[in-house]
Formats: sequence, C-alpha cells, structure tokens
Amino acid sequence: MINVQQDPFDVSVEYQALKESAGDAGAIVTFTGLVRELYDADTNGAGNVIKSLTLEHYPGMTEKCLQEIVAEANERWSLLATRVIHRVGEMHPGDEIVFVGVASSHRQNAFAAAEFIMDYLKSRAPFWKKQDTGDGSHWVEARETDSQAIERWQVD
Amino acid sequence: MLKIQYFASVREAMARAEETIEPPETVRTVADLVSYLASEDAKFAEISSAGNPLLVAINHSVVDRDAELSANDEVAFFPPMTGG
Repeated sequence: MINVQQDPFDVSVEYQALKESAGDAGAIVTFTGLVRELYDADTNGAGNVIKSLTLEHYPGMTEKCLQEIVAEANERWSLLATRVIHRVGEMHPGDEIVFVGVASSHRQNAFAAAEFIMDYLKSRAPFWKKQDTGDGSHWVEARETDSQAIERWQVD
Repeated sequence: MLKIQYFASVREAMARAEETIEPPETVRTVADLVSYLASEDAKFAEISSAGNPLLVAINHSVVDRDAELSANDEVAFFPPMTGG
C-alpha cells in the first residue's frame, strides 16, 4: 500500500498493519526518514540549521512512480507485504518524512528490497525539498551519490 | 493542445504552475518543444540552457528529449528529484 499525505504517521501502527497483512513472514524491515536539523553540513559539522522543510510533489505521477518501484521490488524479492508513506507539505526537524516497510520470508530479501525502494524513491519519484533556514529558503539540490545509488541495482 | 506543468524551482522561475499551449505543427518532439518555449519566454530559455539539469515527463513518465509529442499530452518540466 502506498500513501502520499500531509499528515504525520505512527511507525508502530504501520509496523503492526504490515505484520498483519504479511502472513507467514520471517522478516520485516522498516525504514523511517527524518527531517534533519543540520543541512549541507561540512566535515566539521558546520552547516545550515533549518527551521522548516517543505516537500512538493507531482500528484498523479508520484503515486504512479511509487507503484512502479514497489512492483519491481515485489518481482525481484518475492515480498509478502509492502508499505510506503511519503509526506508532503511543511515539516520540521525531527519529523518523520518517509516510511518504507517490507515483509518477506527471510531477512536478505527484506533488507535488499527496503534499500532498493528508498534508493529509487529518492531520485525517481517526483518529490522536491525546499528548506527554510530562517534567512531565506532554497531548493535542495539533487546529490550525485543519490543517483549513483541506483546504479548498483541495475542488472542489464 | 498541450498541457504544460512546472514544478519546484522551475515553477517558481516561471511564476506559474501550468498553462495550456498550442505550439506550431513543426513542434514534434520534446526537444522541439523546449526550443519553442525558450524562443517564447526568456525565463524558460534560461531554465533550459545547457548545463542546467531539467527533467521532462510526458503523461507522468520521464522521457528523453527525442520523445515524440501527441495532441493533449500533459508535459511537465522540473529539476532533479530530491525526495526521501
């Protein structure tokens, strides 16, 4: 199941629902992405402290992309259940942004599928982050490492 | 007719989220459309200039510049995605 929503979500509720829909699962892996307070931090830890983060998306295309990503993960790792939630709108440091939960018979498939879904979601689903540092807001730039993360899953 | 949509930094630079346009018949591909829009609007010319990463989707799928357009397509322009 996939949701793109403004509302916060409760990780324990999502875990329970995933477990109940997963039948005889031997492994459940969940990932939660949070809004960080420090953005663009350099190696000394100095960076921008953000006040808020606003997520924009492309309604219709977002859901389609997420469905395609989850369908591919299901095909590659024979998952028993999946759950993806991505929030949009304004969020603050410490808030949950994204939840990915996958259930499978064994842990290897669950770990791989959760990582695959997150890697693709970050650079293939139409979401954009804008951060407000208090003295102006700016769009977050895409990271090279995020698009590189996809390459390791490509089998051709 | 084409429905054009702009998102994120592209939407802000264009100062609009969407518009409907009727490009000339010579506009057949995404590359043609990008050139046409750039000739019509200096802001779009800047956004689509070389070295500026600009993604294009037709009917909710990201496409290359040589993708062909059909009547009533929904074409979206946006920067690289930054979700998660």
